[in-house]
Amino acid sequence: MDRIQTIIGKEWAEVFKNRLVLFTVTLLPILLTAMPLLVLNSTKGTSIPGPNTTDLTATFGSVCAGIPVQDCMQVYLANEFLLLFMILPVMIPITIAAYSIVGEKTTHSLEPLLATPITTFELLAGKTLAAVIPAIVATWGCFFIFILLLPVVGVSKAVISYITGPTWMLAVLIIGPLMAVLAVNFAVIISSRVNDPRVAEQFSVVLLLPILIVLFGQIAGIVSVNLQLVLIAIVAFILIDIGGIYLGSTLFQRETILTRWR
Amino acid sequence: MIKTEQLTKTFSLGKKAQPIRAVENLNLEVEEGEVFGFLGPNGAGKTTTVRMLSSLISPTSGRAVINGFELGKDDQKIRETIGILTETPGMYDRLSADRNLNIFARLYRVKDVPGQVSKYLHMLGLWDRRFDEVGSFSKGMRQKLAIARALIHEPKILFLDEPTSSLDPEAAKMVRDFIEELKKEGRTIFLCTHNLDEADRLCQRIGIFKSHLITVNTPEALRNQLFGRQVVFHLKAVNPAWISLIKNLPFVKDANCVDNMVEVSLTDPENQNPVIVRKLVEAGADIQFVGQLRHSLEDIYIQLIHQS
Repeated sequence: MDRIQTIIGKEWAEVFKNRLVLFTVTLLPILLTAMPLLVLNSTKGTSIPGPNTTDLTATFGSVCAGIPVQDCMQVYLANEFLLLFMILPVMIPITIAAYSIVGEKTTHSLEPLLATPITTFELLAGKTLAAVIPAIVATWGCFFIFILLLPVVGVSKAVISYITGPTWMLAVLIIGPLMAVLAVNFAVIISSRVNDPRVAEQFSVVLLLPILIVLFGQIAGIVSVNLQLVLIAIVAFILIDIGGIYLGSTLFQRETILTRWR
Repeated sequence: MIKTEQLTKTFSLGKKAQPIRAVENLNLEVEEGEVFGFLGPNGAGKTTTVRMLSSLISPTSGRAVINGFELGKDDQKIRETIGILTETPGMYDRLSADRNLNIFARLYRVKDVPGQVSKYLHMLGLWDRRFDEVGSFSKGMRQKLAIARALIHEPKILFLDEPTSSLDPEAAKMVRDFIEELKKEGRTIFLCTHNLDEADRLCQRIGIFKSHLITVNTPEALRNQLFGRQVVFHLKAVNPAWISLIKNLPFVKDANCVDNMVEVSLTDPENQNPVIVRKLVEAGADIQFVGQLRHSLEDIYIQLIHQS
């Protein structure tokens, strides 16, 4: 455990001195927290004239069940912005892991590290946690601040209780960390093939695709974020994570790193 | 301290390509406290050997025992007792020298981390720059820090892969002097180098390697083995008849004339030199100096590599 802590400490000390990483880890959460609050504030009191004239898609109707009609627009907007909010647990760990792994690879500091008695599990766990912890702290912290500020921006109790309901609580508290773990393992896999952290970051943007598919799917009325979708996503992410961890740990072996990584 | 038996490493390059045998049946024994020079051209498999012996990569076949621990079975223990200076020793450039050493001391579970860090920063003359980012260090300073990192846990065996390559003469000398100090401390040092003069000066024995071990011996024994013992007689002027005179002596293996010098190959110069001197003086030669001709390690290396 002490070695894992040493690796985490080292990663944070080094990676957070990188301005690009610092920018991603601080500015992105601020932006993605402030944006929905501003939009919700500007749309407070907006009412929908009637079910037949609604701008909202039919699929979304079920999400609004039990919510006063005048709050439905805000619930819809909250759903869209909270999806964007899920970018945080993907982008933060990818940025940290890409700079930490590809960075070590290009500066040749990985071999001396591998020559120490640290086990590959300890090393991978240290690097994973160093990337996942800031992502989870930022995601949960921003979500908590977001909830605290909802009454301040004039969001109704019905909307607040929807956002603090099981759908988004499960999404942020469970899917967020699962996505972060996936992002790190994806970064490990990509890092074994590229020599520039920025390239690793660009490749890893692929992970944002599921979020964007749901986002645009919701706009198009094909899909809507509800408890059932979140539960399916949790199961899917657990399975994908198991595969990702297996593949990541297979690639993150001393011999593979030294002889097969390009 | 280090013993290998038929150690082999093969890299497969895909289904269609022929596998590459980087290290072939390496049999080697390095004694405790010995500085062993491992010489070979680029791509000879020196780094692969070091990586195997430091349990970074596993051998395809054969076995090795390092400090009493079997390779492949006690890898963790091996890594605990060895120190390694890699060919390109990367550092954490954004962190200070002190922090860099601290990290490695903790990974090796050194008991007195601040004490050890301070010891090596002082020893290698980096104490005054301990809080500076390593990114601002010169190549020589970085190499010194990398050596400190390899020694932070007081390893019994030290693997040094090209420790003075790309260093300026002053920094290279400083590193060599430090290796001399480590030698005096009785550490076992496995030194991979291209610098033959360095190997000659530092190593008790030398192994010449090109995928397989060509030869192992002391530099002096290698000289004798390849060139015999040669004595050079500096004369005021050379008469070709004197060469024949020397060649006719029964114990002389060979004699050649180069300018006003006569190079003679002998088996026992201590007893045979006086006879030659007497003969030359009797023949009327004016002898200015007599000395032993010492071939450089470079001559030995090139001859052996070409032979292989």
